[in-house]
Amino acid sequence: MTKEFKRPDGRKIEEMRPIRAEVGIIPNADGSAMFAFGETIAIAAVYGPKKMHPQHMQNPEKGTLRCTYNMMSFSVKDRIRPGPSRRSMEISKITEWALSPIVLIDDYANNVIDVHIQILQANASTRCAGINAAAMALAHAGIPMKGLASSVSIGKLDTQLVVDLNKDEEDWEEGEGATDMPITFTDDGKITHFQLDGKITPEQLKEVVDLGKKACVQINEIQKKALKDALKKEE
Amino acid sequence: MDRKIVIPGEIIASGDSLPGEWTEKRGSDIVALRYGLVDESNRLVKIIPLSGVYQPRMGNVVIGKVRDITFNGWLIDIGAAEDAFLSVAEVPRYVNKGGLDEVMDIGDMMVAKIIGTHKRSLDLTVKARGLGKIEDGMIISVNSNKVPRVIGKEGSMVKLIKDESKCNITVGQNGLIWIKGDSVEDELFSKKAILFVTEKAFVSGLTEEIKKFFIKK
Repeated sequence: MTKEFKRPDGRKIEEMRPIRAEVGIIPNADGSAMFAFGETIAIAAVYGPKKMHPQHMQNPEKGTLRCTYNMMSFSVKDRIRPGPSRRSMEISKITEWALSPIVLIDDYANNVIDVHIQILQANASTRCAGINAAAMALAHAGIPMKGLASSVSIGKLDTQLVVDLNKDEEDWEEGEGATDMPITFTDDGKITHFQLDGKITPEQLKEVVDLGKKACVQINEIQKKALKDALKKEE
Repeated sequence: MDRKIVIPGEIIASGDSLPGEWTEKRGSDIVALRYGLVDESNRLVKIIPLSGVYQPRMGNVVIGKVRDITFNGWLIDIGAAEDAFLSVAEVPRYVNKGGLDEVMDIGDMMVAKIIGTHKRSLDLTVKARGLGKIEDGMIISVNSNKVPRVIGKEGSMVKLIKDESKCNITVGQNGLIWIKGDSVEDELFSKKAILFVTEKAFVSGLTEEIKKFFIKK
């Protein structure tokens, strides 16, 4: 089964699309990064810590992380209506939850750290690219963090698990169809985010976690390299 | 200056080193919590941050802009997360009741010193030489993490630029720099020199580089 399975774009089952990562792409932001899985491109900008406005949203106990995810209207083949939608608001919240365990913002009472994620080009796995870009941008902005976070989507095409879905695979219709499972790991191998809509057996779920962990180790290396290269360039 | 670049979560030392600023001990390892350069002196390991917004400290001289006037002082924007407060009692002159705007109005720039950092506020003073309202000259903004390089060891870098450009330069720890010269040309020249320093902030032997820069001009 494993050997004869063919992915639409000819990748191996554990092969991700070519990844590009860069840091410091937005001069006006306190920290910024770009992360791309093949044709899926996300950019993230971090502003702050700055005073939370409106005042009634201030938390006097600890700082707040506020993420906004947005898809540009030209990021997909059919133009999407610009502005916040049900989907983008949900992904913003998901991103916030995926990243909040790694940022150490207890000392920033009444302050907010704004993370703006823009999807320039979408070919599935946009939330994963967004989380990866945001983690890099937060580090670049000098926010104290426990570590980085890396995210990847694991797919189930019929019954076969594959790493890093693209749009063609997401629309898979044979057999049981496609199930998309975005998963986020910290660099010490803990899960901060996992989503699933569809069906999966408990045995296969364990496999999903293993595949995700393996892919995230690779992504983590690329993220670290991008952050280090940005400083080396200045030297 | 061959310091290692670290990323949050990276192990920087292990064994009997002591964790300093922006580091944490996990088991027997010392882990970085911020993006920056490692500095090891004796057994203490700390991180020198290279990015991020300005973090105010007691005793810092900063340049700020008057944002608002209250009944007993001024609210100053110094580029930190919190606004700073300058009380009338910290101004070395007589201020008429309700006439605070005659001394400093909204939008005016000033040099001040941080005398108190509390949880929710910062207190400033202008009771010292060189502090007070800025009347003329030019203000430029640089990354606040590069300010130590602009100043140099015991002020050597800023002194060099001052002497070469014949300008008076006040460097605020928050990254704003006030240049005051006899002519705009002089001011623009020192601006160029300061930007040169910030661009090459991590080159070793920066003082030599800047000397070459002045000879070329």
